[in-house]
Amino acid sequence: MQTLTLGLAVNSGDILLQLVAFLILMALLRKFAWGPLMGIMKARQEHINGEIDAAEKARKEAESNLALQIEELKKAREEAKAIIDNAKKQGEVQGEAIIKAARLEADRLKEEAIADIASEKDKAVAALRNEVASLSVMIASKVIAKELDEKSQEKLIDDYLKEVGESR
Amino acid sequence: MEHEAPIVTFMGLNFNLANVLMIIVSSVIVFIIAMLATRSLSMRPGGMQNFLEWVVDFVKGIINSTMDWNTGGRFLTLGLTLIMYIFVANMLGLPFSVVVDHKLWWKSPTADPTITLTLAVMIVGLTHYYGIKMRGFKEYGSQFFQPFKLLFPIKLIEEFANTLTLGLRLYGNIYAGEVLLGLLVSLMHSGIFAGIFGAIPMIVWQGFSIFVGSIQAFIFTMLTMVYLAHKVSHDH
Repeated sequence: MQTLTLGLAVNSGDILLQLVAFLILMALLRKFAWGPLMGIMKARQEHINGEIDAAEKARKEAESNLALQIEELKKAREEAKAIIDNAKKQGEVQGEAIIKAARLEADRLKEEAIADIASEKDKAVAALRNEVASLSVMIASKVIAKELDEKSQEKLIDDYLKEVGESR
Repeated sequence: MEHEAPIVTFMGLNFNLANVLMIIVSSVIVFIIAMLATRSLSMRPGGMQNFLEWVVDFVKGIINSTMDWNTGGRFLTLGLTLIMYIFVANMLGLPFSVVVDHKLWWKSPTADPTITLTLAVMIVGLTHYYGIKMRGFKEYGSQFFQPFKLLFPIKLIEEFANTLTLGLRLYGNIYAGEVLLGLLVSLMHSGIFAGIFGAIPMIVWQGFSIFVGSIQAFIFTMLTMVYLAHKVSHDH
């Protein structure tokens, strides 16, 4: 057909134009299309990489947090148990102390009552003794007044005393 | 079926105006597609951006299958431009062709050996350029005598054979497709029955041509990367 008859009708212009056109096209596309496109592809790749890294990091953090929290929970549980045990023990001790104190108080009251009783008895004896004394004085004065002899006086005193002693 | 080409001589250079037109149209279409797709870039791609990112990943796959990314990364823009330009160029001749005054104006630019061979020579030239640039002249030169010196003529022939096959494979596939499409069209012109009869193979062949055009764009890019890897890689 028209070409490939080398040396006769080579379309040198076409060759030149094709070369120039292709090179220009390549340069233009590199600047306006491929460059930005690859830029955004690379940016996306980096973005995804970053996101994956971040996600992995977050996961690791969550895992460590979880472990920490479990540890904390365990600790808190142990602490609570210790507190309860402590309180129980303290309660027991306190209860015992209260009982002891009550017992002591009761003993003290009892002793006081006994002491009171004793002192009241002493008082009563003392009062009686006073009465006896005054009675004996009265008897003596009566005897003196009657001017009794020694013998009858003695007998009288004895009688009185016996009387007093019996009445007691 | 035989059409002439609108050839104009300007400043001692022969211009096939149809080629000039189609080269420019292809380039502009590729540029518009790329610009539309990258006009509003976002981290969450949608629509056209998705498509173009798929193309980028596709070409990345081609490069990664031939050489490691440290050496091959710089060829990504070349591969992207190549595959899109050749694909668009292959598709342009499929829906219709425009003939004015027995001169063929609208066709695939890649249906012309001048264009495909220009691309092929450019690619092979690039492989030599990068071979020298990235490995040094000595190592580059010694490659022609590996594994032993006797192979030098064969290696030399290989370079030219590579260029020819790379260009002519693309040309042959696309040109053959267009010739058959032209034949089917002229068949359909010859009568009503022929018109109905010819419609089915026409549609089938157009579908097949889309497939062939895509495959050829892929093969051209793939071979470009293979040749580049041969010249650039330290081990092969």
